[in-house]
Amino acid sequence: MKFTEEHEWLRIEGDLVVVGITEYAAEQLGDVVFVELPEPETQVAKGDEVCVIESVKAASDILAPLDGEIVEANPALTENPALVNEDPQGDAWFFKMQIDDLSVLDAFMDEDEYKDFIA
Amino acid sequence: MNALLRTPLYDLHQALGARMVGFAGYAMPVQFAGVMAEHRHCRAAAALFDVSHMGQIILGGRGAAQGLEALVPVDVAGLEPGRQRYGFFTNDAGGIEDDLMIANRGDHLLLVVNAARKAADLALLEGAMAGVEAVTDRALLALQGPGAEAALAALVPDAAAMRFMDVAVLDWDGVALWISRSGYTGEDGYEISVPEGRAEAFARALLAQPGVLPAGLGARDSLRLEAGLCLYGQDIDEATSPAEAGLGWAIQKVRRLGGVREGGFPGDARIMAEVAQGPARRRVGLLPQGRAPMRAGVALFAAQDAAEPVGQITSGGFGPTLDRPVAMGYLPVQQATPGTTVWGDLRGKRLPLQVAPLPFHSPSYRK
Repeated sequence: MKFTEEHEWLRIEGDLVVVGITEYAAEQLGDVVFVELPEPETQVAKGDEVCVIESVKAASDILAPLDGEIVEANPALTENPALVNEDPQGDAWFFKMQIDDLSVLDAFMDEDEYKDFIA
Repeated sequence: MNALLRTPLYDLHQALGARMVGFAGYAMPVQFAGVMAEHRHCRAAAALFDVSHMGQIILGGRGAAQGLEALVPVDVAGLEPGRQRYGFFTNDAGGIEDDLMIANRGDHLLLVVNAARKAADLALLEGAMAGVEAVTDRALLALQGPGAEAALAALVPDAAAMRFMDVAVLDWDGVALWISRSGYTGEDGYEISVPEGRAEAFARALLAQPGVLPAGLGARDSLRLEAGLCLYGQDIDEATSPAEAGLGWAIQKVRRLGGVREGGFPGDARIMAEVAQGPARRRVGLLPQGRAPMRAGVALFAAQDAAEPVGQITSGGFGPTLDRPVAMGYLPVQQATPGTTVWGDLRGKRLPLQVAPLPFHSPSYRK
């Protein structure tokens, strides 16, 4: 698993990249009450706002971590936004992306580096 | 940035693992276990809030009631000893400078005002009367929820006999507590002023009672929103009038048109006329029809394709008790009837909201 400075995690699954938010980010957000997900087959550029997360306290965005195409979003989050707090680095993935070159993930932080980043 | 002020309970908040934020110049706990859990616990049992950032002001001069009546459209002279009343300072334009609680403590009045407004309120009062004294050596705690009476009565038995909006000075462990049966959550409960040196011990004694848990400003905000209570600076401000805000009930008959002490407060002509005839716009409850919360600042439109907004959301978020998004805002009276659909602009999309009666959550005060 890789990590971004925007507190997203990236996991390779076959030829796709699965994206979610870290435990640290979920803890900071507090109770999540609403998630707006991207439509599949959307082309996105790194830094685009692709999801909205509303907690009881505030609204936040999830940015696309990479250039590519959104191929799937997680319907479980629409049904049960609290899943983001319950299992942020597991079942509460947000979307899956198709990207040209999976080797770009090497540039992101690994778990130890991310732990140092949030320390 | 100036250093944040600390309340007498700062160390306790740290020890309890609070997440702290800056609010009105103070380091305050926004949450302990989490906003949702604290909110639900308050409705089900009892929550303890630190509200020491709020201003406590004694009016001890002769003629304090008369002097205060020149600043607030409230029947202060008719307030019985041992009773408290809600009110607001008004301005010459008929707007609201702050809202406050006014207690008659026999030989003086005790006011509780908003943290962000206490300096302005003090200046206003000191310019109007003698004997104004800011209380700076006492903490203020709010114990709220259906379990509040049992928890406080375990320490201070006589608190159980108080009714909603009663005030009393009661002893705990040799300390004089200034207690009112009131709050800002829509639940039964108390606000308790305690000398700062004993504040932590008293808070710990309350937290040791069954069912009492600490809660932060996050839950305080969602609780008051469900209860339809105004937050100064959001739902009411210097440009909103009492009638627009739906607060005409707080202006007793004697201060209204035709009353024996009618008017005589800033903005009285406009305020009394609006209370009598109705305002052009009103504060309303709003239920977003989807699951997305709509927060303060969202523009409201009369139709999905309307070009110009007719109003705005002033408070909004998720209501944990209702398990849905809730909001309050201002609309022209033409759109203010419950059941009316209006449209809010959320991230560039127009989404429907239904005008709803306030409060969303009916209060359970011990009257």
